[in-house]
Amino acid sequence: MTEQDDIEPLIRQMADELRARLEAARVRDALMVGIHTGGLWVAQRLHGLLGLEQPLGELDISFYRDDFSRIGMNPQVRPSRLPVSVDGRHIILVDDILHTGRTIRAAMNELFDYGRPAAITLAVLGERSGRELPIQADVVGRHFDLGEHEHVKLSGPEPLRLSIVEAP
Amino acid sequence: MRRHSLQHDGEGRLRHLLTIEGLKRQQIVDILDTAESFISVSDQQVRKVPLLRGKTVVNLFFEASTRTLTTFELAAKRLSADVLKININTSATVKGESLLDMLHNLEAMQCDMFVVRHADSGAAHLIAQHVAPHVSVINAGDGSHAHPTQALLDMFTIRRRKGEFAPLTVAIVGDIKHSRVARSQIHALTTLGVSELRVVAPKTLLPADVETLGVHVFHDLDEGLRDADVVIMLRLQKERMQGAMLPSEGEYFRTYGLTEERLEAAKPDAIVMHPGPINRGVEIASSVADGPQSVILEQVSNGIAVRMAVMSMVLGRAPAEGEGA
Repeated sequence: MTEQDDIEPLIRQMADELRARLEAARVRDALMVGIHTGGLWVAQRLHGLLGLEQPLGELDISFYRDDFSRIGMNPQVRPSRLPVSVDGRHIILVDDILHTGRTIRAAMNELFDYGRPAAITLAVLGERSGRELPIQADVVGRHFDLGEHEHVKLSGPEPLRLSIVEAP
Repeated sequence: MRRHSLQHDGEGRLRHLLTIEGLKRQQIVDILDTAESFISVSDQQVRKVPLLRGKTVVNLFFEASTRTLTTFELAAKRLSADVLKININTSATVKGESLLDMLHNLEAMQCDMFVVRHADSGAAHLIAQHVAPHVSVINAGDGSHAHPTQALLDMFTIRRRKGEFAPLTVAIVGDIKHSRVARSQIHALTTLGVSELRVVAPKTLLPADVETLGVHVFHDLDEGLRDADVVIMLRLQKERMQGAMLPSEGEYFRTYGLTEERLEAAKPDAIVMHPGPINRGVEIASSVADGPQSVILEQVSNGIAVRMAVMSMVLGRAPAEGEGA
């Protein structure tokens, strides 16, 4: 297991990139939404750094997972909270690790049940190979080249720590 | 004991929901927590989640119901399930087809869940004993035995209003004897561990075994309400009464009816609950039912989220070993 202790510079760099993007696209009033649980930790940091006006939103995508009939109900599901309407709004969707793309698909389906966003920007702390759906992140903290049995995991919330673990 | 274990699968997860008896405290808390998450679905523009897409839920109501039937139907639809309502008065059971024959026919049409309301105690258990392995049964009220989803939505409403159960004094008032709701509430409240659970009723409206359920019995309303945090009024079930259990409705209201004056005996922030339908002026005055301490309509809307939680947990189990997928 290898650890990367200092991920704060990654988050600062993501915040800079997001700020530049929002300015270039003249986005005002963006709503940042973190995906439970790791994505929300990252979103909390980014939200503070960007000084966004709208409060942070949170999504638990358990009700939108595509493997529900296979793995069943997650007993630790938390309520989703979107503090303002997503209709016509620019959404910054934040997750910890982009892997298969299925979480992001579920999150986008859920967002659309709340309304029709003007646009969605995807920011992830880490990105790895293994995509099963045509989904790309717009802002990426770090790319990971992983072996077949390796996984990257975020632990937190304090301190946030990325580690590469060997799957059994 | 067999009755209780019938509702769990080999791994201790809920396969049917037939009664509160036999549910562990954590299992009840899990249901309430899951229901809490479903509350936010009502804030969505599209008030639906895709969890039970492609599943078919059958509402089998052998007894009249408005609230329960409607909220079960809404809950199933908000989970994206397809919902069938079998009107028993016009169905084949009238033509002589037996109940079990009808069930097997519905199973052959790939139905996944039966929500059952029946005037006989034990009806949902009987059906659960005979359904195919992939089919789940939810008891929506059987005779005077159990009404587990009503008790769960009541627990949910209490928790949202009061937070912890441990410090609470809860008084259940009225026709305990005929009330499946009261029976399920008593099991839920003792499992969740309230500080004091009281039942307040005349002797004729109490079941013989009531004290073995872990409740304090009061025959005087003012004493029973003193310093209560939660007051649950029950409907006087005239249709289940035979003989002279009561002098008259007017006399009952004078002795056990909840009025604003009598509610003053409870804590100032006490909440008033009623499972509905209300007999206004019989067990509760309109001014209380519609008053600031009443959470009766909140109970109804909470019923949707709680039933969504139960349905999705029961149908959302990964198949256990030896069970058909």
